[in-house]
Amino acid sequence: MILARVIGEVVSTHKRPQFEGASLLLVQPETPAGVKQGNALLAIDSVGAGRGELVLVVLEGRAAQEALGKKLAPVDAAIMGIVDEVDMHE
Amino acid sequence: MLLARVIGDVVATRKEPGYEGVTLLVIQPLLPDGSDTGRPLVAADAVGAGVGERVFFVRGKEASFPFHPKEVPADAGIVGIVDHWSIVDDAPVKGGGE
Repeated sequence: MILARVIGEVVSTHKRPQFEGASLLLVQPETPAGVKQGNALLAIDSVGAGRGELVLVVLEGRAAQEALGKKLAPVDAAIMGIVDEVDMHE
Repeated sequence: MLLARVIGDVVATRKEPGYEGVTLLVIQPLLPDGSDTGRPLVAADAVGAGVGERVFFVRGKEASFPFHPKEVPADAGIVGIVDHWSIVDDAPVKGGGE
């Protein structure tokens, strides 16, 4: 999983049916220190994350499908949680 | 998934039988600001996208799921056509990293 910041949302009318009812959010990966890392990507959201929130994103198909609750859904990224806090000890 | 723009299509007469009837499009990945990022790639189209359209695509074996039970040997697949997207200007993202 990675940490990412919700930076936007995507509206798509014409999409695979498994995406119906799910939010598609644009997330920007961040380091635990809060520094932007790499390019933004799209993740489906099943936890109700909002703009600007730090979230936990899984980058794996099987886990993302479970988050969506649909088998054979063509997804590879999903928001699994909203992060309250990250404590680094090193 | 990533945002992309459809920039071309691929015609291949001799190919793996799994690709029969599947449209292969050339897509250019995009950043949220609309600029290009990385190299163009070829993706199997599962939504009937056309050249010039903004789409989102999935990477990995999930690209073949829309064609189930047909086994399409693809590693990238277009799974939605984007109407529009919005980004927050004040997202509290620090630093560069680009």
